[in-house]
Amino acid sequence: MVSYMASRHRDLTLGAKLLMVNWGLVFLVTLIASIGFAMLYSSAGGSWSPWAGKQVVRFIAGFIVMIGVALVDIRFWARWAYPIYAVTLIGLVAVEVMGSIGMGAQRWIDLGFFQLQPSEIMKLALVLALARYFHGISLEQVGRPLMLVAPLILVLLPVVLVLKQPNLGTATLLMLGSGAIFFLAGVRLWKFAIIIVAVLSALPVVWQFMHDYQKRRVLTFMDPENDPLGAGYNILQSMIAMGSGGITGKGYLQGSQSQLRFLPEVQTDFIFTQVGEEFGMIGGVVLLFLYVCLFAYGIAIGLGCRNQFGRLVALGITTQFFLYVFINMSMVMGLIPVVGIPLPLVSYGGSAMMTLLLGCGLMLSVSIHREHRLPRRVDGLN
Amino acid sequence: MASDNETGRYKTLTRRTAMLAGGQLTIVAVLVGRMYYLQVVESSQYQMMADENRIDMRLLPPLRGRILDRFGQELASNRQNFRAILIPEQTDEVEQTLDALARVVPFDDHQKRKVLREIARRRPFVPVTVVENLTWEQFAAVNVHGPELSGIQPEVGETRYYPYADQLAHVIGYVAAVAENEVDDDPLLQLPGFRIGKNGIERAFDKRLRGTAGSSRVEVNAYGRMIRELQRREGESGDEVIMTLDMGLQRFAYDAMGQESGAAVVMDVHTGEVLALASTPGFDPNLFNTGLSHAEWNALRSNERNPLINKPIAGLYPPGSTFKMMTALAGLESRIVTADHPVFCSGVTSLGNHEFHCWKKEGHGTVDMLGALEGSCDLYFYDVARRVGIDRIAEMCGRFGLGRPTGIELPNERAGIIPSTQWKLQTMGKSWQQGETLVAGIGQGYITTTPLQLAQMVSRIANGGHAVSPRLVRSAGTTEFSTGATPSLGISPANLATVIEGMNRVTNSPTGTAFKKRISEPGWEMAGKTGTAQVRRITMAERAAGVRKQEDKPWIERHHALFVGFAPVSAPRYAVAVIVEHGGSGSGAAAPVARDLLREAQRLDPLSRQAVSPSGGTGSGPS
Repeated sequence: MVSYMASRHRDLTLGAKLLMVNWGLVFLVTLIASIGFAMLYSSAGGSWSPWAGKQVVRFIAGFIVMIGVALVDIRFWARWAYPIYAVTLIGLVAVEVMGSIGMGAQRWIDLGFFQLQPSEIMKLALVLALARYFHGISLEQVGRPLMLVAPLILVLLPVVLVLKQPNLGTATLLMLGSGAIFFLAGVRLWKFAIIIVAVLSALPVVWQFMHDYQKRRVLTFMDPENDPLGAGYNILQSMIAMGSGGITGKGYLQGSQSQLRFLPEVQTDFIFTQVGEEFGMIGGVVLLFLYVCLFAYGIAIGLGCRNQFGRLVALGITTQFFLYVFINMSMVMGLIPVVGIPLPLVSYGGSAMMTLLLGCGLMLSVSIHREHRLPRRVDGLN
Repeated sequence: MASDNETGRYKTLTRRTAMLAGGQLTIVAVLVGRMYYLQVVESSQYQMMADENRIDMRLLPPLRGRILDRFGQELASNRQNFRAILIPEQTDEVEQTLDALARVVPFDDHQKRKVLREIARRRPFVPVTVVENLTWEQFAAVNVHGPELSGIQPEVGETRYYPYADQLAHVIGYVAAVAENEVDDDPLLQLPGFRIGKNGIERAFDKRLRGTAGSSRVEVNAYGRMIRELQRREGESGDEVIMTLDMGLQRFAYDAMGQESGAAVVMDVHTGEVLALASTPGFDPNLFNTGLSHAEWNALRSNERNPLINKPIAGLYPPGSTFKMMTALAGLESRIVTADHPVFCSGVTSLGNHEFHCWKKEGHGTVDMLGALEGSCDLYFYDVARRVGIDRIAEMCGRFGLGRPTGIELPNERAGIIPSTQWKLQTMGKSWQQGETLVAGIGQGYITTTPLQLAQMVSRIANGGHAVSPRLVRSAGTTEFSTGATPSLGISPANLATVIEGMNRVTNSPTGTAFKKRISEPGWEMAGKTGTAQVRRITMAERAAGVRKQEDKPWIERHHALFVGFAPVSAPRYAVAVIVEHGGSGSGAAAPVARDLLREAQRLDPLSRQAVSPSGGTGSGPS
């Protein structure tokens, strides 16, 4: 049990770890989540129910988990990266099987007190597994195409399963997030070019396999005003809400679009619309700036870590955070088709909140244990 | 563990992280740029779209203008309409609520089905009218039972009310829901439940009575539910219409017709102001407002006494002997005959192989024009008509306004027919027969006139030959209407005097056809002319078998009874025309009504009393 922890450093005490927690990051996360509470309070027409109150409770629960994860030694995560990935993959297969044997298209496993969504956990599990893999091979090995087969399989297995659910948003996030880790690990750019060309040429085939509602979303994105009361409604109303907010916004609780329910389900994926409507461009830019600070923290943590595993985990999660923000905001502002991706920490929803705080916990863990040097072979599994 | 290798890996990672961060910053810049585009560049456009989203214009129906008689009596007004409305989403069980309501106010299964259909069609927050026109007691009951009637709300609206119902139905007309083909650019017509004038003055002056819509700008949510009112602009009430009618005389005229079917008109011989325009039988225009049942509508439609037809202006009748003044004037004015032109009446004359009878079987003996008018000798006017010719008669009729609409301010007025040689050629493609001239001379044959045309004709005789036309409206809003110029018809005063003397003898000479129906009060005496118009030709066989008494015939075959006249003879003021459909004879059925009317007109003397002046509008806005 102890042999692989061949570190020059003493194990840190719990008290020391708590002191080393990156409280700036924790504050930033809490600040962004608090903006979310305020927006949800406004979405409900100035009420804690039904959303804001629950969201606060979830955040507190997630917060505790985040700190807990942060305190766990980075070597533990490295050692358990593959088993976590494997269990999550089994979970994904399980929901797929359950769905096909007539329990409906559900994406979660009901644990009674909590609904576990394997696809959410997979976002982190895949980062851990890929980080572990690239940690274990040299730059020279990364240059060998054959060495990329295993990580590609690691990526494609969950992506295919998630696509089957069907959950285009998560699949996109998994692929782009993994791509970033490949890129950071030093995979040559021309290989990405090959992949991009391959994906582009596969698009017509993918189109064939897409569900009607997915096709409609893409078509609607091309011309939202074509179908203003149908699928284009959300995009159009969202743009109206943003645009009518102007520079300074209509004021807190004064957003006519969101308050009057022109935007259905504004509290989930379209919450940024309400920020834009009630606080205008200033509000939008401030929130975006907070996210940029969060990314900066993530990058700083990643580059400040002494082991490749920690670096890739921190940077991978940061990239995923960025992708959440980018995809969500672009979608809300009509830059890309509607994909079901929430605005991190702000949108209403338990699973996403939990995943994101777990991710923050991992980043904090990397930060706390940045001085650890991990051997390339973490255990006998590799 | 090669340290170089580790360093190389870190360098690569750092470089690539920088590239990635650069890419991310670029994307962040794009997001900010998009925000700038939406929220600054295009902001005003989206602002407008957002307002359209949330602001809904709702029309407020204006109060319809009142209709008054010349003395300010309300002929059409707006009355509070106590009703109960249901907001479906405010009750869990719509049917139970309706059943509970049925225990409080009259509400049958048929109505219930109608309401349920209506509810199914609309969204659950749209109020649906359940019952209307409740009495105060019923309305109070709905209020008291409020707690049991969840979703039901008592409400007070405005509805049109016609206090004189049948007596004025044809003149005032009625309002009813807008038909699809009546929708024009007035947004009010789109309003559910809005009523527009469908007949009579309500229709003719609809645009002025209607007023202009007010508006209420309300903030609504995506489902159209009203959140609050942002701005309210009251509409303008419709114009008040003041009529020339004297309701007292109108009611008297309607009642004087009794159970008979027909028309009675009283008008001012100088100004043309119509004081009474009665059509019997009437109908209750209030029913049209609330909606007639199919059975009620069919009953009105199929009634042989045609209650829906406004007989004074749309009823076409052969004028019969009331037409003889036209024949007389055509003869006198063309100088073909003189007043002392003698004709021997044996009771029958012949032309070719046709026989032409006088109504008086034994004949009048030798009569001149005055005697012929007095006794209504048919043979005399056969003779005059034959000498004068149909075209001269038609020309004289034209001067007195027969054969064309009088232009009164009511819809559906009819022109009637005054035949001429040219008319027959054009409409039938046949040449005129002299026998037809004879029949036309006594107001039969092709000739048809409306009672109002006859009133106009007798007014023009009585006022000394001036082209007066009937009119019904004194003012609408602040616009006052006056009698236009009444140019002379160019009739020689002496000839007019002859005809008037003839009419005077009809009522005031003991041998006159209407002597028994004269007005004996000194100074109020009337002059007139009886008319008995055949509804269908009397066959030779019938005549041989002896003319049956009118009372023995079925109602529909009896003659129409007519009387036209004016009073006082010495200084004519009031003209009257009465027709009693299938009344048998002019002297028997129409003359007494006309006599009573002229006597009542002079007793009430509305023309000497001060009429109200227009006040502008109905005044107050919707309550």
